[in-house]
Amino acid sequence: MAASTLSVVAHGGHHDDSGPRTTLGFWIYLMSDCLIFCVLFATFGVLMDATAGGPSGRQLFELPFVLGETALLLASSFTFGLGMLAMQAGHPGRVIAWLAATLALGAGFIGMEIHEFAKLVQEGSGPGTSAFLSSYFGLVGTHGLHVLCGLLWIAVMMHQTWRFGLDAVVRRRLACLSLFWHFLDLVWICVFTFVYLREFA
Amino acid sequence: MKPIQLHAPSRTYHHANLTGYVIGFGLSILLTLMSFGAVMTGLLPHGLATACIVALCIAQLVVQLVFFLHLGSAPGQRSNTGIFACTALLIAIIVAGSLWVTHNANANMMPTHMSVQRAISKD
Repeated sequence: MAASTLSVVAHGGHHDDSGPRTTLGFWIYLMSDCLIFCVLFATFGVLMDATAGGPSGRQLFELPFVLGETALLLASSFTFGLGMLAMQAGHPGRVIAWLAATLALGAGFIGMEIHEFAKLVQEGSGPGTSAFLSSYFGLVGTHGLHVLCGLLWIAVMMHQTWRFGLDAVVRRRLACLSLFWHFLDLVWICVFTFVYLREFA
Repeated sequence: MKPIQLHAPSRTYHHANLTGYVIGFGLSILLTLMSFGAVMTGLLPHGLATACIVALCIAQLVVQLVFFLHLGSAPGQRSNTGIFACTALLIAIIVAGSLWVTHNANANMMPTHMSVQRAISKD
């Protein structure tokens, strides 16, 4: 048992039933990550009116821009789903192609977010301006960092799919990555509703 | 490598299909546009617009949980769904609790710009 557990480290050596257990464990990690976001949302909810004489979200945010970010992230969730279908059908080439599409869309999202942050800081509305902006940068920045890690993970999985093919280990990792990527989309739904749209409602 | 394992995942991982993803994607686009539309067109009054976007947010979360994350009551997904329900409860407690406590503190503590006399005479 110990020997077979150790051999999990080596690519391809693992037992058949490790898949569901790994995805369950990964799901538990995601839920703990969800609690991090929950605390950040609660902080934002408490501090959102504490603008300390600085600009409010209504003066800073542009909804069409946020809609663009949302479209990119939502489309990337869909292309990832198509990648998972290609994985089920056993086409490594198509998996890599869909992952590349997801990577491009995700990178577009991150690019837009960096542009938005840079613009805010340039306008003198950086995280140090007010408690509202601190919690805004904390919340949206944490989500952005997660997406960035997801992009790195996608790049790694593209390489692994190309290098090892769709063996059981790669499939398990792709299944975890799929959960992670869709989860980030869920968090973004809450972000655009409670951070951006609420300001204008 | 091991031919058995090539077939194992179709049993162990979720039975995703194209229809599910297309429906989920379509519904998500629709709900997103409805939320942005509710706010950007400015047709709805303040309170109604807020209630509307919160309802649409929850609807989209459910749509994505079901169609993208494949949560459900099928035997393979029950543990995930149970853990998620537990997390949702924790989230509700943390978020609602924080907002409630802070709102009470704000409402009951004397603001710094208020003079002592005014605070006493009010009570």
